Amino acid sequence: MLAWVIPATAQSEGGADSSQPTVLEGTLRLGFDQYFAGVRLAAVDQSGTSIGQAVTNAEGQWSVAVPGAGTYAVTLDESTLPEGIGLREGYDSTIQVTVAQGASRAVVFAVGEAPKGTPFGERAAQTVFNGLKFGLIIAMSAIGLSLIYGTTGLVNFAHGELVTFGAVIAWYFNSSWGELNLIVAAIVTVIVCGMLGAGLESGLFRPLRHRRLGIFQLVVVTIGLSLLGRQLIQLFFGAEPLPYTDFQVQQRWEFGPWAVTPRELVTVAVIVAILLAVGLMLQWTRFGKATRAVSDNASLAEASGINVNRVVLVVWAIGAALAGLGGVFQGLDTDIDPFLGFQLL
Amino acid sequence: MAFDIIFGNAARAAFGPEAVILALAAVGLNVHFGFTGLLNFGQVGFLLLGAYGTSVSVATFGWSLWVGILVGLVLSVALAVAFGLPTLRLHVVMFAIVTIAAAEIIRILIGSTDAIGLTGGPLSVSFDAEAFYDLNPYPDGPHDRYGVGTFEFTGQQMWVITVGWVLVALVSLVVFLIVRSPWGRVLKSIREDEDATRSLGKNVFSYKMQALIIGGVIGGMGGVVDAIKTSGADPNGFRPQVTFFAYTALLLGGAATYVGPILGAILFWFLREWIESFLRQLSAEAWLPSTVADFLDGAEGVISVAMVGLSLVLLMLFRPQGITGSRTEMQLDAR
Repeated sequence: MLAWVIPATAQSEGGADSSQPTVLEGTLRLGFDQYFAGVRLAAVDQSGTSIGQAVTNAEGQWSVAVPGAGTYAVTLDESTLPEGIGLREGYDSTIQVTVAQGASRAVVFAVGEAPKGTPFGERAAQTVFNGLKFGLIIAMSAIGLSLIYGTTGLVNFAHGELVTFGAVIAWYFNSSWGELNLIVAAIVTVIVCGMLGAGLESGLFRPLRHRRLGIFQLVVVTIGLSLLGRQLIQLFFGAEPLPYTDFQVQQRWEFGPWAVTPRELVTVAVIVAILLAVGLMLQWTRFGKATRAVSDNASLAEASGINVNRVVLVVWAIGAALAGLGGVFQGLDTDIDPFLGFQLL
Repeated sequence: MAFDIIFGNAARAAFGPEAVILALAAVGLNVHFGFTGLLNFGQVGFLLLGAYGTSVSVATFGWSLWVGILVGLVLSVALAVAFGLPTLRLHVVMFAIVTIAAAEIIRILIGSTDAIGLTGGPLSVSFDAEAFYDLNPYPDGPHDRYGVGTFEFTGQQMWVITVGWVLVALVSLVVFLIVRSPWGRVLKSIREDEDATRSLGKNVFSYKMQALIIGGVIGGMGGVVDAIKTSGADPNGFRPQVTFFAYTALLLGGAATYVGPILGAILFWFLREWIESFLRQLSAEAWLPSTVADFLDGAEGVISVAMVGLSLVLLMLFRPQGITGSRTEMQLDAR
């Protein structure tokens, strides 16, 4: 994780006033919760004469008063940064700035978690794990997409909104209505999403198929639903990313090169179990065989006594339920915002 | 409730530069989708390259505006070729997914912090479109207004929309002429049955590519108008929903017709702005309960885009051929 250091006050050069002192200032922080105190900075003018030094306070703020307008170089003493924190790769510890008389000029250093400390192997292992986790979330969310495409030939552009819907509904159950434990909330979410999927199929897409709408018209319907759903979620949930209340801060467990939170382990384990279960179901159960038959040739399947509508209905329910669960896991991993599902898609 | 203000806002949007841009995007899309049956979901990519080609040429390289416009259009052609070469042989639905993803990739690349030096990255890019406004024949004093009542434009806006609508008319004329020609009949036959067309000895791939380029350049012109109108370009203005807005306009007016996309673009902006203005006025009404007013306040844009989504669904359900279209031309079954 790397983050920009954002100046606490934006540049306020506009209000240049000769009666005000001329100041260079800034805030050293990572994200919105980590401030670096006790970091030393020094300013020199163009001739190399030292102008002043500063040490950041508990809020990571520092400032140096300079004699007047001109160009100064501010240097950050990297050795005073906390362990594991350093300048971002490619950024210099010295920054040249020009300031106007009586203005305060924000100087921004790009600080991040130093990649230098961790050996390459460990970083690679960690990245592989993160990629695996993200890939599994996508895989589970996309089961519905591919099953629906397989059985009905429809590419559901609103599938991402189902994922978002899952994340958002779970957030409401978790934080707003009833304050359920997140695990209970996730189970309720899966049920709600499954019902929504079944409702979409029986209320909208089945009648449309029976009216012999072309595949293009159906795709446009899903695009319309996607726009509508995303805006509605934004309308009620708001555009600000929010976290779940449970399982946020967890101690990492060390497994050799991996540092994993229990929540990530649970995510991976549950998804692997579900993927296996879906795979086995498709391969061995009566319903799985019926599903594969429908996706090979729907008319032939119908002729041999398979209830195609029922298969498609169940496929929609399962697909939507898994998409919703994927949304919960993704929301747990990052935060929940109205574009979560769309980005996954 | 000030209905004259609402009407003025809606009418300004319906004939303003936004509607010109949308009309160009929809006319281009009509060549792709309406006449050739190509499900291009990356139309916004052509607008983006038109706008950025113009802006970056002027702002970063310091070339003249006219060279910039040319660069924007050439980039649109390049994008069409890049879209088409690997994907035109794919299944129609796969083509849709590839185009939507490709347009998004371009937008993210252009908007990334690594591209700041070239395109301004997330900070957007701006330039001086003086070369265009120097030709403005409308007197543009601070008090010069053109129009009736609340439906009025400044001199600069008048110049942009005059050029814009003339451009739309010319482009539509060209589309009319080429689609009516034998070449256009091949396009339509590809839309109806690709395999049959191929069996008659036509090079389907080449025809599709030409259609993609023509429609893409028309979309690129929309981008150029956008760049001139805003004197710059911002990556956030080119989200995938712009493509869907163009589809909405096209399907509303009627795909595979000549006036459909233009009529659709005008209606789209009229209705969208009418809803937004209406909600804004409504949330200021005193008789409204404060909870409803608070809910509406600031949500006008979100609600109006939600309405676009809803209207797409309803259009497909009840009138897939749009206002002016014929039902038989919209029976394409993408297989």
